[in-house]
Amino acid sequence: MTARSISYAQAIREAFAQLLAQDSRVFVIGQGLWSPWYVGTSMQDIDTEFGRERIIDSPVSENATTGAAIGAALAGMRPIVVHPRMDFMLLAVDQIVNEAANWHYMFNGRVNVPVVIRPVINRGGEQGAQHSQALHAWFAHVPGLKVVMPATPYDAKGLLIAAVHDGNPVVYIDDRWLYGEMGEVPEDPYSVPIGQAAVRRRGRDVTVVATSYMVVEAMKAASALEEVGIDAEVIDLRSVRPLDEATIFASVKKTGRLVVADAAWLSCGVGAEVAARVAGGAFEALRAPIGRVGLPDAPAPTSRALEDAYYPRAGQIVTEVRRLTGGGKSRDGVAVARGRH
Amino acid sequence: MLRTEDRVVLLRALYVTMVRMRGVEETIADLLEAKEIGCPTHLYTGQEAVAAGVCAALRADDYVFGGHRSHGHYLAKGGDLNALMAELYGKKTGCSGGRGGSMHLVAPEVGVLGTAPLVAGTIPIAVGAALASALRGDGRVTVAFFGDGAAEEGVFHESMNLAAHRKLPVIFACENNSYASHMHLLERRARDNIVASAEAHGMPGRVLDGNDVLAVLSAATEAVRDARSGAGPTLLECRTYRWRGHVGPALDFDVGVRRKDELCEWRGKDPVTRLAEHLLACGMTREDLDGVRRDVDAEVHKAVTFARESAPPEVESLTEHVYRSASERQG
Ligand SMILES: Cc1ncc(C[n+]2csc(CCOP(=O)(O)OP(=O)(O)O)c2C)c(N)n1
Repeated sequence: MTARSISYAQAIREAFAQLLAQDSRVFVIGQGLWSPWYVGTSMQDIDTEFGRERIIDSPVSENATTGAAIGAALAGMRPIVVHPRMDFMLLAVDQIVNEAANWHYMFNGRVNVPVVIRPVINRGGEQGAQHSQALHAWFAHVPGLKVVMPATPYDAKGLLIAAVHDGNPVVYIDDRWLYGEMGEVPEDPYSVPIGQAAVRRRGRDVTVVATSYMVVEAMKAASALEEVGIDAEVIDLRSVRPLDEATIFASVKKTGRLVVADAAWLSCGVGAEVAARVAGGAFEALRAPIGRVGLPDAPAPTSRALEDAYYPRAGQIVTEVRRLTGGGKSRDGVAVARGRH
Repeated sequence: MLRTEDRVVLLRALYVTMVRMRGVEETIADLLEAKEIGCPTHLYTGQEAVAAGVCAALRADDYVFGGHRSHGHYLAKGGDLNALMAELYGKKTGCSGGRGGSMHLVAPEVGVLGTAPLVAGTIPIAVGAALASALRGDGRVTVAFFGDGAAEEGVFHESMNLAAHRKLPVIFACENNSYASHMHLLERRARDNIVASAEAHGMPGRVLDGNDVLAVLSAATEAVRDARSGAGPTLLECRTYRWRGHVGPALDFDVGVRRKDELCEWRGKDPVTRLAEHLLACGMTREDLDGVRRDVDAEVHKAVTFARESAPPEVESLTEHVYRSASERQG
């Protein structure tokens, strides 16, 4: 296996191409698959490579196409449904939540639904309230669904392949803000196990658990914190359901502090879930309250002036960490400047 | 039958509405190209006769709803131009205070209760507004504007059934411009027969030349009369064409979406030119027509200046209006 550096978008495309090449049961259905612009370069020309029989650009019919993919999965295929913006997928929530998630259980495990549903988070760019929502917490709430959110090119490829092989309905969520991220990706197909978090940076003073694009911001925050003598451990959650408690607990037991950074609303979100798990399973390790970073409690505004303030960045993670650590330590470990920033 | 002079007044008013839409959209295209406007913007150029014709059949207190391509609906219903332009610039003076952008327009004072881009999303909402009118007996009519793509969504059919069953005062105004983003209608449908849904759901359906404003006005007038009198909804399938690409100022030739000769053919059916010719035949002069254009240019220019000079919303307002406040409730 040779590794080379490719972009997150290229890694997704490579996973699609290899899945389609290796398994004739795999097909793709969704909006924008024959389009030059819908999902960036993440599926460019995939229709010319594999034919429009297997790469089906659908009518504007999210509920029907998702339901059809579920049916095809039950009947032995390995469909991947693409929703170029997560917001559009909401028209198919009935099929995903009521049908796909429950099917295996309702029928006592006699049939299963090996479908992958790929919504894209497509924030920013003055797109506004109905084209910017990150709703992974909704889906992670539902038993029967798995929810993954790759943050690196390596995981973008490996988690997509794992999702198709999983045998369950898997919601695979990518974020267009990550498409340009570069990273080492082996050429051969490989899987990244669903349900395992990854430690992206080792540190002693605080654990930052981040999801999806917030991993990028968390890494930036960790560099900034280093400057003020705070050594952050960054955990990339990767899988929102199932959730890897063990990796998080081990980290918090070492650092004694936790900040969760998720680019969605805080109320009833992933941060709340991680915090509750840590409070329940590693409470005695905590030396400070748990911090959370996320969106303000408002829908997405369009105006650039408001948008810039809306999306959380590394600065907010730094602020939250400094609040919990009492401002940070000087290099020799003595606490400096306390309080909120 | 209208008297000749009344007819000329009516035609001239339609012409002003259409030239205004055209001027606004083509100016916005330039501003998008210059990157002065940053929000995703879907231009209405080429489809002016639909909004103009339908809205001319409405009363000021009637309601309209639209989708992502709704500048024309907003303007034809009487929405303020300055507020539209400022909205595109993300300014506080915009019709949605800069929170909405091109795809979320509102002007409740003239019956525009909101436009929103999720395809077909506002169709059942329009049915609901009509239901309110039916319950209150206020005699208002509601129009749902949507594209041919929206006819693929399940909610389109559910809404038609509900409206027809309860004989609600709503008009389903489908602007069939052959495309839904990058795909031609026949890549998405087994047949080019959106109007057939009307019969299936129990309401009259008509296919119109959507580039002939008089044809649209006359069909809409009939549909409005039926709706207001309690006879129920109508589906109007207006055949038209968008000159610009799906989003932004591009033409979408380069990306293999559509052909240049198709656009040329439709430019030959320009709804604005067609009305102008009609007006000339009715005795209006070229000078009169040029005067309309000049007035519109000046007005659009002013709106751009207004938008440019307006302030952006304050960052502190980010979480305002998530819920209606107690003070608003009293008001
Ligand atoms: C529910 C939903 N699915 C997909 C989209 C993406 N989308 C935006 S506009 C559009 C095409 C709509 O075509 P049509 O209704 O014919 O309107 P037109 O753009 O031609 O005016 C699509 C698919 C969306 N906004 N909402």
